[in-house]
Amino acid sequence: MSSDLTPKIKFRLNGIDMEKEVPAGWTLLRYLREELGLTGTKCGCEIGECGACTVLMNGKPVNSCLVMAPQIENASIWTIEGVTPPGGTALHPVQKAFIECDAVHCGFCTPGMVMTTIGLLLQNKKPDNSQIKQALAGNLCRCTGYIQIFEAVRLAAAMISENDMRPFRENISEN
Amino acid sequence: MADYQSDDKCFNVVGSRVIRVDAVDKVTGRAKYGADYNALGQLYGVSKYADYPHAKIKSINIAKAKSLDGVRAVLTHENIPGEKSFGAITANQMVMCTDTVRFMGDVVAIVAAESQEIAEKAADLIEVDYDELPVVSDPEQALADESPRLYETGNLCFHHKVRKGDIEKGFAHSDIVVERDYSTQRIEHSYLEPEAVLAEPGENGGITIVGTLQNLYNIRRVVARVLNLPLNRIRLIQATLGGSFGGKDEVMSSICCRAALLAMTCGRPVKMTNSREQSMRESYKRHPYKMKYKVGLSKDGILQAMEIKVYADAGPYSAMSPFVTWRSVVQATGPYIVPNVKTDIYAAYTNNCYTSAMRGFGSPQICFATESLMDELAELVGLDPLEIRLKNILTDGSTTATGQTLNHKVSVGEALNIVSKKADFKARWQENRRQNINQVIKKGIGLSCSYRGVSLGAEGTDAAGVGISIQTDGSVVVYTGLVDMGQGAATTISIVVAEELGVTVDRIRFLNADTTAIPDSGPTVASRTSFMAGNAAKNGCAELLKRIKPVAAEILSCPESSLEFKDNKISSRVTNKNLDYGELAAACFRKGISLFSHGWYKGPTTTWDEHTGQGDAYFTFVYAANLAEVEVDTVTGQVKVTRFISSHDLGRTLNLNGAKGQVYGGVAMGLGYALFEEYGQDDGRPLLENFDEYLLATSCDVPEIDVIFIENPDLLGPHGAKSLGEPACELAAPAIANAITNATGLRVRELPLTLERVLLGKALSRKETRGSLKARSRKQ
Repeated sequence: MSSDLTPKIKFRLNGIDMEKEVPAGWTLLRYLREELGLTGTKCGCEIGECGACTVLMNGKPVNSCLVMAPQIENASIWTIEGVTPPGGTALHPVQKAFIECDAVHCGFCTPGMVMTTIGLLLQNKKPDNSQIKQALAGNLCRCTGYIQIFEAVRLAAAMISENDMRPFRENISEN
Repeated sequence: MADYQSDDKCFNVVGSRVIRVDAVDKVTGRAKYGADYNALGQLYGVSKYADYPHAKIKSINIAKAKSLDGVRAVLTHENIPGEKSFGAITANQMVMCTDTVRFMGDVVAIVAAESQEIAEKAADLIEVDYDELPVVSDPEQALADESPRLYETGNLCFHHKVRKGDIEKGFAHSDIVVERDYSTQRIEHSYLEPEAVLAEPGENGGITIVGTLQNLYNIRRVVARVLNLPLNRIRLIQATLGGSFGGKDEVMSSICCRAALLAMTCGRPVKMTNSREQSMRESYKRHPYKMKYKVGLSKDGILQAMEIKVYADAGPYSAMSPFVTWRSVVQATGPYIVPNVKTDIYAAYTNNCYTSAMRGFGSPQICFATESLMDELAELVGLDPLEIRLKNILTDGSTTATGQTLNHKVSVGEALNIVSKKADFKARWQENRRQNINQVIKKGIGLSCSYRGVSLGAEGTDAAGVGISIQTDGSVVVYTGLVDMGQGAATTISIVVAEELGVTVDRIRFLNADTTAIPDSGPTVASRTSFMAGNAAKNGCAELLKRIKPVAAEILSCPESSLEFKDNKISSRVTNKNLDYGELAAACFRKGISLFSHGWYKGPTTTWDEHTGQGDAYFTFVYAANLAEVEVDTVTGQVKVTRFISSHDLGRTLNLNGAKGQVYGGVAMGLGYALFEEYGQDDGRPLLENFDEYLLATSCDVPEIDVIFIENPDLLGPHGAKSLGEPACELAAPAIANAITNATGLRVRELPLTLERVLLGKALSRKETRGSLKARSRKQ
């Protein structure tokens, strides 16, 4: 790391409590990818336009390229790697829905799309078509024309239970 | 005529809904893309770009950059051991410029350093002294004698022509002769994943590069020549590709050379990752076209003659421009019978960003012109847009503008009728014109249709290979030099193999391309992958079955002809006995029978006479029709596409999910081309650099899309399949443009159809886009 480090800060990443020094001048996106090796979060524009770097921060989808690493102090962060537990083969219903609807083409937008979808379903269990379109408006996709992604979000909404969503809600109220 | 039903049979896997083979890796974040590769001890490579779109380099001073702490190498063209330029036809693209910069994305020097920040700082410290040269920015003016020149030989990159019949006689026999000019804009591929490579010096004095590579063998040839190494020392591995759309070819050749030069110099791995700004600055674009159509027709609407002149902006480098414009010249009349044709297409060098392959490859521009034109002609002779098309449409046995007789089922009329009927086009088109008067929100409906040559055609040799290896447990490994860049090739090829061998798709593992693993299969372009690799896979599987069938027959004690390979089992219709695929594979292995085969397929011959522009340009064609419905807000000029229907004859659907996805994505890309997208440049300088100003269609912009496939199995295609990826994206813009005219009565002949063009019929005189780079740099 070539950036100055902050004093140790506490945060929760994919359900695991952490206490670490973080690079002061880095974005969360860069910290995830280059320091923690969590490369599932993608870098597409670095100005918050494409949504490929979307992660959940306290249950809300954010562009990790617009969050500075030290800002995650006391926050709960979920990345795509946390959606399927390490080594696990059990996919989350949102992931299953994306596969089932063939909403995955080149796949570069997919982690961001999945995180945005989880974020939407945390707030709104039964979104209508217009709410789905609005929720995904910050996530660009160049391959699919979005149609299969809309289908995936609808299917996910039909499949999920509160159990599937509980981990992402944890410690939201604590902050 | 041929019997199209001859190939009809029941399939086990082909045409069914199959889960994309790479989907699990992609939804879990496990898929490794170019920028996800790192190596211990890697350096970071950064490029120093040109400061002017056209200038002589007087001197390059790297002293300050080199002395910066943490910098390990600063290189210029002087450090290139082999050839300094490359190009498929004309080798004029510079890896690093020698004496002249010709566009803003040119590179003059490269740096490797211990961190990205140090490398960027060092690049800033490189001092380049320039003498500015006059900028050439218009492809038509570029060809005038008085124009400043990019090259001593002039600014003509390539000239293609088609001559058919007698153009003067054709106009003389016409009742009406009209001239119309159309133009299209420069657009960016906008693959969401910017370019990235990791180059590692190898053990045998060679180099291994993993990254965002679309056409590995093209790129390898360039790297070998630039590094002056034999091909077998260069290993290229394709990372999972985050989109390409034709865009990760020449730009990757250049980046791979840069990373390789730095890695070889430093003896350490070098990672080069473009930011979006760098990607937009240096990566090639889709050609802007200026198209001039002069058309003669009889008063009942029958086309008599077309004289077409097109100027394509090649930017400073030849790249794929000669091939792109060749497809345009073949298809320039649209899918219509035109007895007398004279077409000239000129690709001209300018100091704008260079242009090369992009999904469509010279067809989206042509489709916009011909399909806008047909609607205009309909108006002139008092027909509706469907009537005039059907009167002139290519049918079975028709002869194209290049003199090719279409000896297959020509379904473009069928496609037109399907989409029109589905939306009640004729009635709606008339009704809109009556009901829109005095409405603020006006409704419109529009049609478009096309024919398109499959694969490379007379562009070059067309052949591909697929390696198939049955494992001793009955699972299968498949690899090919053609790549999955998101379009679903991995799944489609796996489907063909599964169908042929009688295994299920989940038993197949498709490996990303690796130049050491498989021979050159040509490029993944021209919507050729399903057709070429599909046929190669069929050949490879047939070879394997020939070897393993006798063993199966022996084990099951039955004649070979009674064997059925299905669902990972081999059964005999005679003995009712079963054999697991793994058992058979293991038995073959024990007998010393090779379970590997390399299927090869060479495409049928095509012909082309470059003097007359006549010949059998492509071995087969695909046909399509699109229909768009729009609402135009006449207060703001905003266009909302409310419904879309896309019908394609793809021969045979191999991969149903993938096929639908290709059409949805193609329509969305075409919608962006129609309404939003433009990589604006002013005197060679880019006006934007990221997605804040380069507008792509979002989730809120896409309408409901109906996809209707027509299946006329092709005699040559694998199970009759042809192609789809590019036709899916070439027809949206003209359908939308025609729908807008139906709504407003105003014809706009330039893309994109921005608010002001839709409202006023012209762009407002604004050279600078919102908060543009130019405005910003002036403030500094």
